[in-house]
Amino acid sequence: MWDHEIKAMASSHAIIASSVFMATVLPAVFIQGFSVYGTHLLWLYSVTGAVSVVNIAVFWLLGISQPTKKNTLGYKLSRLVRSCMYLLLSCLFYHTVVVLYGAPLIESALETFSLAVLLTSLTTLRCLCVLGPNVQAWIRVFSRHGAMSVWDTSLQITVACSLIGAWLGAFPIPLDWDRPWQVWPVSCSLGSVVGYLTGLVVAPAWIHFHRKQLTYKSK
Amino acid sequence: MKRLPILCLLLWLCALFYVGIYLFVSGFLLVRLEVNRTSACDDVLQPGGRQRDFCGAKPRFKRTLLLIVDALKIDFARYDPANKTPRPYENKLPVLEETTSLRPTHSRLYPFRADPPTTTMQRIKGFTTGSLPTFIDVGNNFASSAILEDNIIHQFGQIGKRLVFMGDDTWESLFPKKFQRSLPFPSFNVKDLHTVDNGILQHLYSTMVGDDWDVLVAHFLGVDHCGHRFGPDHPAMGQKLTQMDGVIRAVMERLQNDTLLVVMGDHGMTDTGDHGGDSQKETDAALFLYSPTPLFPGPPSQSEPEVVPQTDLVPTLALLLGAPIPYSNVGQVLLPLFPEAQVQGAAAGLSQLEALWVNVKQVNRFLETYSSMARDIPPESLAALQAHFSRLSSAYLASSPASSPASSPASSPASRQELVESMQAYLTAVRETCRATWARFNPHKMAAGLVILALACLLCFMVSQASGALGAGGRGLLTVPVATAAAVAVAAAAGQAYTRGSVELTWCVAPAVLVSELVMLRGVRRWVGAKVEAKHWSGSAHLLLPPLLVAGLRCASLLSDSYVIAEGRVVTFLLLSLGLYVPVRLHWDGHLLPPPHDPQKPPAGLLPPPPPPALVRRESYVLLGCLGLLVGGAYLSLSFHACREEQGACTPSPFLSPLARMQDSRLKNLHYGLSLGALALWTHLLRRWLRHYGNLNASGGAVMAARWALPLAAVGLGLNWAVSGTPEGSFRNLAELIGAAQVALPRALYALLGLAAALLWADPLTVFLKTRGPAPGRGSRALATAAPPPLPRYRASTGISPHAELQHLIPQIYQRMRRSLEDSEQQLAADREVDTRPAVEAYGLGTVYSAPLLLLCGLLGLGLLLLHPEGMAVSFLLLLLEMAALLHIHASAISLAGLQGVHSGDFSVPWTPLVLWALASSQFFHATGHLPTFSSIQWGAAFVGFPGGHSGTLLPATLVALNTFSSHILFAVACPLLLFWPLVCEVRGGAGGGGGAAGQEEGEDAVMEMRLRENPQQFSSALLQLATRYLTVLGVQVLASVCAAAVLRRHLMVWKVFTPKLMFETCGFLVSSVFLLVGVGLVLRTDLAVGRWFRRLLHADASR
Ligand SMILES: [Zn+2]
Ligand SMILES: [Zn+2]
Repeated sequence: MWDHEIKAMASSHAIIASSVFMATVLPAVFIQGFSVYGTHLLWLYSVTGAVSVVNIAVFWLLGISQPTKKNTLGYKLSRLVRSCMYLLLSCLFYHTVVVLYGAPLIESALETFSLAVLLTSLTTLRCLCVLGPNVQAWIRVFSRHGAMSVWDTSLQITVACSLIGAWLGAFPIPLDWDRPWQVWPVSCSLGSVVGYLTGLVVAPAWIHFHRKQLTYKSK
Repeated sequence: MKRLPILCLLLWLCALFYVGIYLFVSGFLLVRLEVNRTSACDDVLQPGGRQRDFCGAKPRFKRTLLLIVDALKIDFARYDPANKTPRPYENKLPVLEETTSLRPTHSRLYPFRADPPTTTMQRIKGFTTGSLPTFIDVGNNFASSAILEDNIIHQFGQIGKRLVFMGDDTWESLFPKKFQRSLPFPSFNVKDLHTVDNGILQHLYSTMVGDDWDVLVAHFLGVDHCGHRFGPDHPAMGQKLTQMDGVIRAVMERLQNDTLLVVMGDHGMTDTGDHGGDSQKETDAALFLYSPTPLFPGPPSQSEPEVVPQTDLVPTLALLLGAPIPYSNVGQVLLPLFPEAQVQGAAAGLSQLEALWVNVKQVNRFLETYSSMARDIPPESLAALQAHFSRLSSAYLASSPASSPASSPASSPASRQELVESMQAYLTAVRETCRATWARFNPHKMAAGLVILALACLLCFMVSQASGALGAGGRGLLTVPVATAAAVAVAAAAGQAYTRGSVELTWCVAPAVLVSELVMLRGVRRWVGAKVEAKHWSGSAHLLLPPLLVAGLRCASLLSDSYVIAEGRVVTFLLLSLGLYVPVRLHWDGHLLPPPHDPQKPPAGLLPPPPPPALVRRESYVLLGCLGLLVGGAYLSLSFHACREEQGACTPSPFLSPLARMQDSRLKNLHYGLSLGALALWTHLLRRWLRHYGNLNASGGAVMAARWALPLAAVGLGLNWAVSGTPEGSFRNLAELIGAAQVALPRALYALLGLAAALLWADPLTVFLKTRGPAPGRGSRALATAAPPPLPRYRASTGISPHAELQHLIPQIYQRMRRSLEDSEQQLAADREVDTRPAVEAYGLGTVYSAPLLLLCGLLGLGLLLLHPEGMAVSFLLLLLEMAALLHIHASAISLAGLQGVHSGDFSVPWTPLVLWALASSQFFHATGHLPTFSSIQWGAAFVGFPGGHSGTLLPATLVALNTFSSHILFAVACPLLLFWPLVCEVRGGAGGGGGAAGQEEGEDAVMEMRLRENPQQFSSALLQLATRYLTVLGVQVLASVCAAAVLRRHLMVWKVFTPKLMFETCGFLVSSVFLLVGVGLVLRTDLAVGRWFRRLLHADASR
């Protein structure tokens, strides 16, 4: 049971990670002058898109998300609408937080919002895939005894890693090195993506090594 | 409660820090040795011993007029005809450009580069002695004392020149009794643009046409003051410069043929009109030379210097006027002013070669004298310079007319040119060597200071961890180290006296402190080992991690110049991160939300009953709301920052400029209204809090201060802003009244606030005692919780609501205290149940400790606000709100943990709120418009209430220090509030906080700060722990800054970024620690008063 789940997780994480690499490499083939620093926003959207699509596909195929009680079309539609709303709200939330942390308010609003979109796709989307549009459950998951399955634990780890990565990404900005990756928001988005990738690697490994200690309450 | 031991221990710890800081700073900031010899006319300066008395020879110029326009930046002096839309400071001095283009052999305009520090006194010292100032002199601007080194003014006097001076009175204090005639005008009132200049202009022309002077120094201050007051980019600057243009024209018309005119600025100014640092905008002044007789051999050529160092003026002037070059000069003569070859006739004066030789000889002599006195110039560079000099000497001898008395055909122009260049190279090398030497450090002192500081931090940390044990004992903790210190100091002094014959105090104090620190550390460690279990350590280490990480990042940020430059934002970033960490952590531990309703509950009895969800939810909302306040306040505070020179695209906050500077009257009114609103809110919030907790009912000194002094001071402050904000000359007939008000109002406010603080200290109790008649058939408890008592008489006056009254009366407390005291006195407690005696209600007893502290904070805040520009009122309000938010976050976190049954049981304040507290104090240092640079010091604070300037130096220095470190002061004084706040906001009905059994027994009653009174031992240990923890956090920051200065002392930015930061950090620590002691002292004072109060109460009760 454990091995099976961890294997599934590892392979799904591998797919997601490779999608990030593909999103970085593939556009360079098709688009002239594509680079992570030079056309940063393009890279950012390409990663966002790839991560979102692959996440949704993987979790839908694996059937991780909680089974819906009702199967009517209307119910599904309302879930979909709520999901989209949550995603939008999450983008706005991240935007606000990033601005409060000291990002310029008006000057590069597009860049800031793009970072918020990226963070949403790395964190909120995964919450949505694992837990469904249920904010209560999202809040519940992020406590010591809140995880109810290995997927919840991996969600904790990847979200924390992405956010810490983005936080650490802000550190080089004030330095006077004049490097292309110090431009807002390159270091932050790079940090969050690197953190996310780290989370993807760390989560199955951590769960594997701590499987003795991990006990989940039944739902 | 142990009052004296706590205070002594804290004082000792602070003293350790002070010694460490002193040692390091005295090894790091250097002092140049002044050579107290003077040059004389009969100095042998010619090779081969041939004496040339150049005082006797006829000099090139008989007279000189030194026109110093303070802060005349080179940008002001340049003229660009292509510029069609000049800024107010551009193209306002066309006379210079006209003269240099029309009469190129008569005049030149050079950029004139000053050496930092670019303060006026340093510069006058620099360009009269020809020497290089050292960094340590920066602070002396207030206390300009006479120059003892040889200088050009002295030399002019020696050769019989008649000196006349008019203008900036700094000169008068630098050169007392050197001038035949002196017309000094007060210089330090930066708001006054015209007094000095008009005073000079009244006398300048009449003096010029007269014939009773040889050297005339006129120092105009208007441009500098205009810069300080309005900045360069202001119409007033245009007017001032146009006036200067007229002055220069008028002076040039009256100039006679034997006179040299020097127009110069002593330094430049930044874009905000300040100076003091070493940015090019501050160092590059203008130098304009003119004479009615041809001064230069021809029009400007390629070989002319692009920039003239300020030191070069001294030798040039001396040789042109036939005076000896001052002894300590390290400048070199300005070659274009001297003819290339010896021209027949003595009137032409010295040739280039001769002038340079005299210069070289003088510099070499100074170098020899200095190196024999100070020995701080590295021997190898000294040897190289000596070799260079002897080569020059022989080369000059070979070429000089002395060796070949014929017409010196031997010296061809080429070889002469070579010699000139070699001499120039020598002079430049000497100057650079001196510059490098006078920026050298004393590594032993630095190392000793560093070690002492590091050990002091460690000691503070250990004491804070072990303070729980200190409550119990530890009497010998202090006596042994102090005794050791004294013994070691005496031994070191004796040893030094025996071996070297002299005693250096530094090297007695350093080993003494070091040894005593080690002894104390050993004592504390043994003590920790005895009293604190290992479990406690590991548990606290786990909790320690994130706040320590943030504190570590903060310290690491002090090691990088980029982060120091961006410090304001870095601190805010870290503050937000740690603030957000608090609820995240609480949630992770499952404390933030009410526990889920479990169907299969574990059997009751094993676990404590779950807290009511409503309570948990309320506390969580309080916590999140306060976090929102914190985040919002921190974000808004970013808009009050000033700008550093290094920050390229940055506009300083509009709130920083005083009202009087503002030109748009609507904006002015808006700012004034905003400031008034903030001021009113500040006062209202404080009073409201005090009233809410029933602290405004009594009639003691503290209450008087709160009731009358606080609002009165606020009103006075508002009035003062209105007076100081009126534009000059708007009410001509009221000018005198306004002037009087500008003096009287701030002084009255100082007096009022001082009086209030004294009252507060004399009588810090804010408890109102109300005796109520015995309630028949009811116990006191029933009385307290029953229906509202009959309306008391005082309600009308204080407006306290019945609800608040019920909530914050503490009737039980008195009963309990009496009972416990009676028990201890072995009396019968028989009447415990059948209480027929009158119940006593004590209003404000629950906040008896925090109320005076908060009040002191409010009073101090008003006083400090008085020293700031008006717009900072908003920032001060933000400071108060953020302080409240931090306190509430801390209190909610504690009570949430307490509600879930996880509580340490004592009153100890965890590291997270303390690190937040320290970060917030740095944050508001920046958010009150301060920066760790010397040019950003708000000197205007010294003139609040003293518009005419000062006679002493202590008062203005204190005022400026109070202004600079106001946020440090407020946060340090308010630090003990962190201990009280969880008790003030104690959740009633829950499992209570620290009191344990006592809290539960009383159930409904709010005991609040009386819990501390019940556990005097825990109280004292918690207070000690709080203070030492705060000292640790601050001390580690100082240590990091000291390390940065020590490690990066060869860094490019060391004088520009790290040294100022070090100075500000250490001064901030000094101020913080002093005011922390004040805060702790007030708490102890209150405790004393409360103890007396209880005793008196018992007495009265017993006698009844
Ligand atoms: Zn000046
Ligand atoms: Zn000035």
